[in-house]
Amino acid sequence: MKYEVLIDGTLHKVELEQKGGTWNCKVDGEEMVLDVAVTAHDILSVLDGAKQWEIKREYSLLGETHLIVGSERFAAEVRDPRSLRSRRAVSEGAAGPAKIVAPMPGKVVRIVVPQDELVEAGQGVVVVEAMKMQNEIKSPKKGIVKKIAVKEGDTVNAGDVLAVIE
Amino acid sequence: MFRRILIANRGEIAVRVIRACREMGIESVAVFSDADRRALHVRKADYAVHIGPSQASESYLNFQKIFDAARRSKAEAIHPGYGFLSENAAFARACKENGFVFIGPSAESMESMGSKTRARQQMKKAGVPFVPGTEQGLTSAEEGLKVAAKIGYPIMLKAAAGGGGKGMRVVHTPEELRPALEAASSEALRSFSDGEVYMEKYIVNPRHIEMQIFGDTHGNVIYLGERECSLQRRHQKVLEEAPSPVVDAAMRRRMGEVAVRVAKAAKYCNAGTVEFLVDEQKNFYFLEMNTRLQVEHPVTELVTGLDLVHMQFRVAAGQPLPVKQEDISIRGHAMECRIYAEDPDNNFFPSPGRITRLIAPSGPGIRRDSGMYEGWTVPMEYDPLLAKLIGYGETRELVIERLRRALFEYFVGGIKTNIPLFRRILMHPDFRAAKLDTGFLERLLKEPPVVNELTRARRPIAAVAAAIFAQALPPRVDPDALGNSSPQARAPSASPAPAAGGWKQAGREEALR
Repeated sequence: MKYEVLIDGTLHKVELEQKGGTWNCKVDGEEMVLDVAVTAHDILSVLDGAKQWEIKREYSLLGETHLIVGSERFAAEVRDPRSLRSRRAVSEGAAGPAKIVAPMPGKVVRIVVPQDELVEAGQGVVVVEAMKMQNEIKSPKKGIVKKIAVKEGDTVNAGDVLAVIE
Repeated sequence: MFRRILIANRGEIAVRVIRACREMGIESVAVFSDADRRALHVRKADYAVHIGPSQASESYLNFQKIFDAARRSKAEAIHPGYGFLSENAAFARACKENGFVFIGPSAESMESMGSKTRARQQMKKAGVPFVPGTEQGLTSAEEGLKVAAKIGYPIMLKAAAGGGGKGMRVVHTPEELRPALEAASSEALRSFSDGEVYMEKYIVNPRHIEMQIFGDTHGNVIYLGERECSLQRRHQKVLEEAPSPVVDAAMRRRMGEVAVRVAKAAKYCNAGTVEFLVDEQKNFYFLEMNTRLQVEHPVTELVTGLDLVHMQFRVAAGQPLPVKQEDISIRGHAMECRIYAEDPDNNFFPSPGRITRLIAPSGPGIRRDSGMYEGWTVPMEYDPLLAKLIGYGETRELVIERLRRALFEYFVGGIKTNIPLFRRILMHPDFRAAKLDTGFLERLLKEPPVVNELTRARRPIAAVAAAIFAQALPPRVDPDALGNSSPQARAPSASPAPAAGGWKQAGREEALR
């Protein structure tokens, strides 16, 4: 199987061939023979020769996959090169209006910039309270607030759209 | 001794007090709000009583609900933990009136300490050193300008009834004083319903060092050594240690004796903490007294060998202190990391949510006081302290290495925590050299994070592992999460991207066979 894997935004080409617990791998042209033991559904013990890595997988509240190697955390995105559809979906996300999403669950306490007004990149648009802290959720870019998707007092989940900037 | 104690708190401190109850053969009563039915303190207790909705004012802060729970469960005494009602004199008084023992100081002692301005007058008589400033609240900006000219800029404005950084302003020039005074006063009025603000000299790069004291009802007061609490972010402590690297035996005795004088002036009983600011010449100034058990009490327990919660129970039951001043000695070094549910890589945003995986450290010299467990959803309603990781060893150097090792083992999945921040702190040359002051953490956070060669070198193995996971272990739908009433309790695969990916992967695997 061939994969393209983005690790913290850097592309790596990976080939895998599994024989039981042994995986013949090629990463960016370099070959590795790994002994992989699954110790829990999201935890691997990987032996590269005698070098041992504990590698964990988890998902951020926003649905990104993270891999933890030792104590280092990496954002990971796996693409199958044969699946063009998934690649197109990724490129579409980059253009168009920017959505501001809640980074954590909480309660909307204030709308700082109302609809149809101009915001600067980095300016706070909505204030969400969680764990006794008020958090200004900022605009990723300069533009017009096209839509405010929440009102004061609303409870939101991580990943919920708060506003759209155009 | 009491037969049954109610703990009017939640989280790790409630668990800590419940443990002490069990060790002393006392039955424990937990209380919980709607958000906390599944909380760890409920699971650990002998009895648990529901006290209302998630909002703290309707549950953990509501006197009547607490007393109803205490009556229903036939508790004889109430331990307030820290935060919530712990420093509320009206609550301490109401406990007595309702026939319960409040495990802490008397309402009168708290009141004499609660207002910092009143405390200053009382302490001054006892010969306690203060930062130069006003003894009374400021009546006008004109008065403020006059005093500031005398003591010299920079100066600090502080709410008389304040705490936790609210109602505080640093003023560098006379022009800034009037607006700063107005801002501090209105913030104090909003936060504490008391707009009184006083002024003192602002000490540049101070250390925050506090002395643990303990009093009993027989007039004995002892000190149990200091804690260095200079590592703070926005006036909230992040890491504490005992002993302080700058305090020697002579200075400890002087600080301890002052702290005992402070406590005696307030007729103080039970556990308390006298906070000092220490300047670069090691002059120390009395800051305030905290009339409760502190979050960071475990570091004192480890270096003195005493159990402060056991002692709280004994003293509240009228027994004399089990130790005398000459019995107290400091052995070894201890350090505490406060594990918060917040994202150090993203503005320290709070990070409530479901803990999908919890791997806790153990091994030599490691103590963990925790209020979380795997599968639990951290509620969004309360403060973000999840657990405390405490290291102990013969020397400060050994403790740092033990904590680094323990932090390597520690893994909290599903939410973000400040664990990576401690890895940075413990590696920092200034921290390791004990060059600490209250500005240390803010300065460290301004340094650009280093992407070191080690991290870069691990990317290929991470890439291979990501592909192996994708091929062999598609994300799993977690059946536990489906029945969970909390709206945040979504399984990782319930978020759209991985779910779609998961089914796709599963289908692909089928096709490959």
